[in-house]
Amino acid sequence: MLTTVNRLGELERAIMDVLWETDTALTVREVSARLTERNLAHTTVMTVLDRLAKKGFARRQRDGRAWRYCPSATRETYVAELMLTALDQTGDRTAALTRFAQSVSGLEADVLREALEVIEGDGGGDEGTG
Amino acid sequence: MKGLADAALLAVVAIGSVQGASALRQASWPRRSPAAAILLWQALGLAGGLAAVGTLVGLGLPDGSAGVVRSALHIATAFRLEPVSRILTTLSVAGPLPAILFTVRLACLLAGLALLALLCWVLVASAAAALHARRRQRALLTLLAHGDPKVPGALVVDYPTAAAYCLPGLRSQIVVSVGTLELLGHGELAAVLAHERAHLRERHDLVLLPFTALRRAFPRSATCAHADRAVALLVEMLADDRSLRGRPARELVTALVRFGTASACQTPAGALAAAEGEVAARVARLLQPVRPLPFGAVLAICLAAALLVAAPVALLMV
Repeated sequence: MLTTVNRLGELERAIMDVLWETDTALTVREVSARLTERNLAHTTVMTVLDRLAKKGFARRQRDGRAWRYCPSATRETYVAELMLTALDQTGDRTAALTRFAQSVSGLEADVLREALEVIEGDGGGDEGTG
Repeated sequence: MKGLADAALLAVVAIGSVQGASALRQASWPRRSPAAAILLWQALGLAGGLAAVGTLVGLGLPDGSAGVVRSALHIATAFRLEPVSRILTTLSVAGPLPAILFTVRLACLLAGLALLALLCWVLVASAAAALHARRRQRALLTLLAHGDPKVPGALVVDYPTAAAYCLPGLRSQIVVSVGTLELLGHGELAAVLAHERAHLRERHDLVLLPFTALRRAFPRSATCAHADRAVALLVEMLADDRSLRGRPARELVTALVRFGTASACQTPAGALAAAEGEVAARVARLLQPVRPLPFGAVLAICLAAALLVAAPVALLMV
């Protein structure tokens, strides 16, 4: 049961994967050819690429009569951005998201490690760090 | 002199709220019943804000006026209908005032209105900033995250450091990093997910929002910073409690410890102060469970919170 939003998201993601995997800028046709899902309409791919460009994830440049698309930044850059906010390393705690646990300072970490040793020592049946 | 008397009473409420915040921060009972303590923090914040605005506006309004809100409305109506010179006459309705007193009054009134505008603005700005950050997170997650059978219902991001968080809102989402999956066992992961689901279900982000906004409005105020941190910790404790239902505390504790210590070395110094002792406090509380406050005490706290908010509202309206 896929909603339209999910479907669009999936396409955006598949197309970004194609752009990230390729070193050169690609035309809509080239992107379509590299997608695993082959029976997509040309206009669909074009629309999604256009959306990605509007959101700033892809850049496009003229090449004759066609547009060529390439990613604005590497996947790693975006992952870093995502996780920097998540780990609160920006130093500004916002109410945008709630984290499971903040990182702790050196001394507190020592105390916690000792606590963990005690717990694991007397329990035995822990599932470990799979 | 009713205007001044009201202003004085409102000032007492405002100062009392700050004192109360300081006492509540040092009290040990909040960790026994986090929900009740959060309610009291909210009441203190609301009462303090209303009373501070009310004090300034009350000082700025003419003597003998009935209720700050009604007088303010009266003047606002006059503002629409009459030229400014008439408003100034309304402000000194009790008779001609010495110029200095009149100036002080006008300054108080403007300061009160400015404070009210600032409080409203930071609340809106914080909410907007949170929405914007979440939208960016969702857009990035669409492109980067994938599912994993180890954490049903959550999104996984390929990142080596342990991270687990939730994006609240209508399309809420729990996100964990691959580092988390490697760090935690099956039961521990389930405990983390239950903790995050509690945040989402009870909209803890909405609880935090006004306190974060207040901290942004007054970045140098120790009281605001303390309140924000205290409420953030209480919210975590509340989610800890919720996630324990039908689950041994041990998994949550080991998850917390592994989590806190795993990313310890990767956090820059600036971010450390904000989290000092929070994880340890949660772990200690889970290892040596405290009895929740008795029903009577919780009821008394709720009543106190209601009275705390009712006092400035009554003074402002009547």
